[in-house]
Amino acid sequence: MTVKDAMDLLGADVLVGEEHLDREVRSACGSDMMSDVLAFSKDHSILLTGLCNPQVIRTAEMLDIVCIIFVRGKRPDDTVLQMAKERDLVVLATRHRMFSSCGMLYEAGLNGGAA
Amino acid sequence: MADVITLTYDISPDDFTRAGEASSDVKSKLKQMGVPPEAIRKVSIALYEGEINMVIHAEGGRITVEISPQRIYMVLADKGPGIPDIEKAMQAGWSTAPDEVRSLGFGAGMGLPNMKKYSDEMNIETEIGVGTTVTMSVNIA
Ligand SMILES: Nc1ncnc2c1ncn2[C@@H]1O[C@H](COP(=O)(O)OP(=O)(O)OP(=O)(O)O)[C@@H](O)[C@H]1O
Ligand SMILES: [Mg+2]
Repeated sequence: MTVKDAMDLLGADVLVGEEHLDREVRSACGSDMMSDVLAFSKDHSILLTGLCNPQVIRTAEMLDIVCIIFVRGKRPDDTVLQMAKERDLVVLATRHRMFSSCGMLYEAGLNGGAA
Repeated sequence: MADVITLTYDISPDDFTRAGEASSDVKSKLKQMGVPPEAIRKVSIALYEGEINMVIHAEGGRITVEISPQRIYMVLADKGPGIPDIEKAMQAGWSTAPDEVRSLGFGAGMGLPNMKKYSDEMNIETEIGVGTTVTMSVNIA
């Protein structure tokens, strides 16, 4: 699917990267612990999280993640969004909680990557 | 690219929000130099974990990165408290990070094992009350 498909499924708003919505995404991971994301992520294109600090953007950058989705209605501040913009990331925000967001994307065909 | 290129960064202890700036800069420089993506990925993840450790467990320090055509060699030196038991520290899940660090998204005890996983060679020298120096190297295939 594309980032746009994920956005529509979650009824999400685009905060950054409107011009990249046609990017292809295959797998996703969801966590508020960046430690775990760094340790377990393998070629994920989407990161779902409820954590809003700059380290979320840096973690995504190091892992070549395409799109960050903030869940539970969280919105990072402008400094964090600016960082995402500089790194060419797409940032979405959805009101859905983590479990529901992951479930909707999984059902629509995104996978969780190799175990 | 016959010469060795050396990059040096002083890591500030005071500002967690800036932790990772050095790794970010190294990553973009490696990209500009045309280093293969797989090597860049390994360096980025290993270095970022190490940089975060320098900020949350030590009082900052200095990162030196040497880039040669064969490999990327990283030295992370801090004057922090040192690591009492390296074997324990290397175990997945072992962490002394306070809750405050965990609320920032770190402190799962996964960093050192992950650095080992993504580097081709890793060594830790540490002395209690003096500091810790982690060296890692990633081969350019
Ligand atoms: N530079 C350092 N100076 C002092 N102690 C360190 C240093 N690096 C790691 N440690 C010690 O080793 C432990 C394990 O480190 P590791 O990076 O594996 O996990 P963590 O930093 O606690 O959590 P995570 O990396 O998952 O966010 C730390 O909790 C800390 O006690
Ligand atoms: Mg760590």
